[in-house]
Amino acid sequence: MTDYEIANPELAACEVHGMTRASFILRGALAAGAVYGTASVAPFVSQAFAETGGGDAEILNFALTLEYLEADFYTVKGKQVGLSGQAKAYAGQFGAEETEHVAALTAAIKQLGGTPVKKPGFVFPVTSESSFLELASVLENTGVGAYNGAAPSLQSKQVLASAGSIVQIEARHAAAIDLLIGKSPTPNQGFDRPLTKAEVLAKAGPLIKA
Amino acid sequence: MPSPPKEESAPQPAGIVERLVRDDVDRKRFLKMAGSAGAASFGAFVLAACGSSKKGASTAATPATTASGSSSSATGDLAILNYALTLEYLETEFYGKVVASGLFSGKVAGLIKDFGSQEATHVEALKGAVEKLGGTPVAKPEGKFPISSAGQVAQLAYTVENLGASAYLGQAGNIKNPEVLASALAIHTVEARHAATLGTLVKKSVTPQGAFATPADMATVLAAVKPFLA
Repeated sequence: MTDYEIANPELAACEVHGMTRASFILRGALAAGAVYGTASVAPFVSQAFAETGGGDAEILNFALTLEYLEADFYTVKGKQVGLSGQAKAYAGQFGAEETEHVAALTAAIKQLGGTPVKKPGFVFPVTSESSFLELASVLENTGVGAYNGAAPSLQSKQVLASAGSIVQIEARHAAAIDLLIGKSPTPNQGFDRPLTKAEVLAKAGPLIKA
Repeated sequence: MPSPPKEESAPQPAGIVERLVRDDVDRKRFLKMAGSAGAASFGAFVLAACGSSKKGASTAATPATTASGSSSSATGDLAILNYALTLEYLETEFYGKVVASGLFSGKVAGLIKDFGSQEATHVEALKGAVEKLGGTPVAKPEGKFPISSAGQVAQLAYTVENLGASAYLGQAGNIKNPEVLASALAIHTVEARHAATLGTLVKKSVTPQGAFATPADMATVLAAVKPFLA
């Protein structure tokens, strides 16, 4: 991988063909370090290196972290903010669904012989319904790109099927939230863009308290 | 892993398939896949893996060996791509007729038009992918769609998009080429976005299957679209 590619995750994201799990994780870790500094991504980097060779389990652990984040956002932050109407209804419904994703991923990681990551602490910079929904849009759309980016690296067809059944739900959530706040439900037009781990961390990383 | 070609003995919904896949080799593969039990066990796994809190069917998590039993990855992916292309052709034609009907106005009309354009880009992408793999894109089928009222059309669109999302999900584990898989995934979630949007229009759940989307195999999908083939 060239420095140019590290500095251009968007370009790197196009290189799904032939990409191995290890290169996915390594590229993600290195790119995140390059863009955000070692300190901010230290937990992910050390985890990625510690678990290199962990295969599908380590990809699922990354997904699990995102699902923990989404579940916490809807179920805890949603209540703190004090939502109403459709926003409240979505937060209740989506929060329950993200919680199911957490349970499914935890079980899948164990089934693969891995160790599920512990739930991190989170900090969400939202104080109102509108800022809550804006962040919800970011999180759901990031979730779609994260799964779509990582899925081709999965070795197990069963795990891929599970990831597929989850990402479709993330996409539905994203569209519903975007419609609610007057945005396009298809921000990427006809093709949802896969995200690199670095791109995902750019959105989600600042919300995670080590 | 290569294995010798197998006898094509699957049950055949002949009329549709003749229309769908004109290449003989592709057709055989298509018939085999459509009739195989592979997709069924694939679906069973999703339930086993994801419904852990409710279902104790851990024994269902046996490897989907049917998927890896294909003798040629190119042929398998081609059949899947042509199958997807057929669905996208139908969706594109459907939206085109809906737009032409003038049943919608304002913001909703804009969404419908966008979705139709996006389905058209899926058609182009899939045609390109088939050609890139050395195959022949399936001919555009002729569709027929009941278009009577805005409510009926929105409901039909909701049904069609949910079916499309399930169809892509049902093939994800069968695709061999990582590039093809990445493309299918990129389209899959857009179909899901369409389905959710239409769900809000018809006042139905944006996640009708709950936290885990259900895949649909080729036979199920083809049976469901049969009424829309002229």
